[in-house]
Amino acid sequence: MGCSVLDHCVTQEAESTDVPPSLLASGLLALKFPIILLTMTKLLEWVFGVSVIGAAWALVTFDLLNLRLPVAYKEVAWPMPVYLLVVFGCYSLATVGYRVATFNDCEEASKELQDQIKEAKEDLRKKGLKM
Amino acid sequence: MASRKGSQQSRGDGDKYSVLLPTYNERENLPLIVWLLVKYFGESGYEYEIIVIDDGSPDGTLEVAEQLQKIYGEDKILLRPRAKKLGLGTAYIHGIKHARGNYVFIMDADLSHHPKFIPEFIKKQREGGYDLVSGTRYRGDGGVYGWDLRRKLISRGANYVTQVLLRPGASDLTGSFRLYKKEVLVSLVERCVSKGYVFQMEMIVRARQLNYTIGEVPISFVDRVYGESKLGGNEIVSFLKGLLTLFATT
Repeated sequence: MGCSVLDHCVTQEAESTDVPPSLLASGLLALKFPIILLTMTKLLEWVFGVSVIGAAWALVTFDLLNLRLPVAYKEVAWPMPVYLLVVFGCYSLATVGYRVATFNDCEEASKELQDQIKEAKEDLRKKGLKM
Repeated sequence: MASRKGSQQSRGDGDKYSVLLPTYNERENLPLIVWLLVKYFGESGYEYEIIVIDDGSPDGTLEVAEQLQKIYGEDKILLRPRAKKLGLGTAYIHGIKHARGNYVFIMDADLSHHPKFIPEFIKKQREGGYDLVSGTRYRGDGGVYGWDLRRKLISRGANYVTQVLLRPGASDLTGSFRLYKKEVLVSLVERCVSKGYVFQMEMIVRARQLNYTIGEVPISFVDRVYGESKLGGNEIVSFLKGLLTLFATT
């Protein structure tokens, strides 16, 4: 919604002043970027994040900018994706396992409910409820 | 004026709580949940009304509701029946239409949610001025009775996946024991399109989108129907589909 308002402003401004429309357009594009960032869906956030990290990894591992980094950097970076996935997998299993193990069993709540059901039925019968 | 019976005292602070109870075949449980609501609201002194939204239950739930209305009064028990089983979202809209409360409780009518937590919800809401307060089974001394290992595993596993994908800022997204400010509930229900479990999840996700504040209260969930209706493959698949839809669209 914010983006279409900005587009409209660009054309209006371009028509009413002497400022080159291309300059205005690029200026307003810079303003659009934060709006896109703020209203991204979770899916887009993930795609964006993975792309940034993926680009950085590819840059180091395959030396895309010919930076001539020490070999050690490449050796560490190369297995990182698989390594991080494995770490994440283990963390997930441990977390879910811990949460299942510590999931409270509400024994007293069930007992209390049973007692209250009896009490309620008696009271309602007295008040004239036909069950 | 409120009559004085035992520990009942009227707080007279202007807040009124409407409790929405969508029902379908709850002839046995409805009197019990109403009795518990009357008990705990009465003891706490808060103003309340109970709105029963029955979707044409064939077992006579509406007749029981009418009897309860005679016992407790038409100002306390309101009936908003519908002809047949329609969605939960529309049930809430239908129920709030003539609600006189400025706050709304939503909860299950099958006794899995216990009204004893209602004063805690209200206290929490007042503490932080929250737009919505969600009951959580996963934090503090919240918990569940009646689930086996398989069910617990599915529940925690699904919740973990949801937390990773949606980062919603609430620990229990599929729970349906909540307190909303009335205008917040109305604005959220208008925006939600999902069904079933995912509807409750979408409510919280949209609340975050709209920057509503969310508080949490640990609750105990007593599942008395798990034995009859085990969580099957179909439900898991539709949950995942709903989750991915929310992931891609919010």
